[in-house]
Amino acid sequence: MRLTLLLDMAADGFGDRVLAGRRSGGITAAELSRRSHSGAALVRERAADALVYLDVNGPAFPVALFAAARAAVPLVPLNYRLGQRQLDELLARHPTALGIGPPGALAHFERAGLTAMTSDDWLEQTRADRGEITDDGQGDDENPVAVVIYTSGTTSAPKGVLLRHDNLVSYVIGSVEFAAAGETEAALVSVPPYHIAAVANVITNLYAGRRTLVLEAFTPGEWLRTVREEEVSSAMVVPTMLARIIDGEDDRSVPTLRSLSYGGAPMPAALIERALREWTGVGFVNAYGLTETSSTVALLGPEDHRAAIESADPAARARLSSVGRPLPGIELEIRGVGGEVLGPGQPGRICVRGAQVSAEYAGLGSAVDDRGFFDTRDDGFLDADGYLFVSGRTDDTIIRGAENIAPAEIEDVLLRHPAVLDAVVFGVPDQEWGQRIEAAVVARPDVAVDPADLREFTLRALRSSKTPDRFWLLEELPRTETGKLLRRLVPGLIPPAKTE
Amino acid sequence: MALKFRAGQQLVSAVDSTAVIVIKAPAAEGTVTCGGVAMATAGESVTAAEPDPALLGGTQIGKRYVDEADTIQLLCTKAGQGTLALDGSPLRIQAAKPLPASD
Repeated sequence: MRLTLLLDMAADGFGDRVLAGRRSGGITAAELSRRSHSGAALVRERAADALVYLDVNGPAFPVALFAAARAAVPLVPLNYRLGQRQLDELLARHPTALGIGPPGALAHFERAGLTAMTSDDWLEQTRADRGEITDDGQGDDENPVAVVIYTSGTTSAPKGVLLRHDNLVSYVIGSVEFAAAGETEAALVSVPPYHIAAVANVITNLYAGRRTLVLEAFTPGEWLRTVREEEVSSAMVVPTMLARIIDGEDDRSVPTLRSLSYGGAPMPAALIERALREWTGVGFVNAYGLTETSSTVALLGPEDHRAAIESADPAARARLSSVGRPLPGIELEIRGVGGEVLGPGQPGRICVRGAQVSAEYAGLGSAVDDRGFFDTRDDGFLDADGYLFVSGRTDDTIIRGAENIAPAEIEDVLLRHPAVLDAVVFGVPDQEWGQRIEAAVVARPDVAVDPADLREFTLRALRSSKTPDRFWLLEELPRTETGKLLRRLVPGLIPPAKTE
Repeated sequence: MALKFRAGQQLVSAVDSTAVIVIKAPAAEGTVTCGGVAMATAGESVTAAEPDPALLGGTQIGKRYVDEADTIQLLCTKAGQGTLALDGSPLRIQAAKPLPASD
């Protein structure tokens, strides 16, 4: 199964429908298909073995994705904001690729020895008819790599995650109904193209027949204005974006918005509760997934969100902090330290299996076990009804005494404090406990934060063993562009001489 | 000729333009027909044949086709005029159960 199958179906089923860009002048399904042939011919003319995309999201991106698919070479979207050294290091892994980017990126490509063209040039040149590219069985690989995504490296050097055609096509066919979108539906994309959600967004919306619009650079005002002006019906945001939208001063009316999905990082409970009260006409979707799993493996749908917010029962309300139930094509297990499968309510490691799960890394091979399961290195548990609760990355767990403590639980409490804008909890080596708990918070503008008050506040919600021993005040927390906390950098930001 | 199906396998019709992908494969071997004539696996050479005029129910692109016992599920990737069947029993369209969009 190739990605181009999805595009051919779209061109066949609703060729005249605009799928990318504005309603007038956007790219239709049939045009995307024609351009994918033309772009594949450009790739082959240069004997390129990959297509590197180093630009903001825009119409050149879906053309690049499907041209690469048609030519049976991987698309490699890279972070255009990386420093030169990091970028050179990644480009050196693809020396015979064709590079696409803004004029300013050409020098980077040249230095690394790649052939390159600007994104504008790419859009101009893929207009021309260069004949049909049919897969001539080049390389005999039935299931080639479709996309390489470099992980953000929150804990180590970036790894190239290999997503094969079968993984991505299985994800789409398993979770999206063909041509299910109405003619007027439009999805707003605010994640950068090197994020799995951006890749998934292109292929799932294409298959559903839903037009996608791109916000090149996210600001709350621009996002809200675009939703209203372009009559956006669905959108995906990461929690930090939602926080900025909900906390901002802009007009927050979104009359056409029906669906808002979020993911990519843990959502603070206080924030989603505010958003649910603010936008009563919007269906919220919490999606949990990883790059290695071709995006979503579990989701909490709109009904679950509403049921939770309207319930007085604490157990039902807790569902708001869950990521819902696994997709039909996913098998999910919680495993203990010895690898044994655990029952409901028991916390352990989240492991998944399914056709969409790649779990394959460039140069490292497959990371699935002998039963085909991939260990996400996320900790969590399933409740009695099969709802998944993710407590955090295994690597972030603080071990205080013999107790395993997930920083996210404490952070969630701190984020409910009216003076706290952002919070991080981390472990610090300790002679008595092995690790002790410390926290760093960012105060809301013009609000004073009192550490004693924070301690009191945390103690009211959690046991004393989970109350941070020390609170630090920072100007801001180190996060990736998609809102993932760079926890390993936090201890280095604490001034060594200063206490509390 | 009976086939051992596997998920992801692509089948093409000998009587029209119909093409399908196996989404769920039955445990047992079987024969999938379109318009009464056995479908071939993609890549296999196909001898054009005439459909049974009584089996021209047609297929719709993007729809899922299942048997009564729910042992097989096929996704239609190219529409045609023939009726899909497994071992002589016509397949029917499965009602869509779309998930909310999450990307």
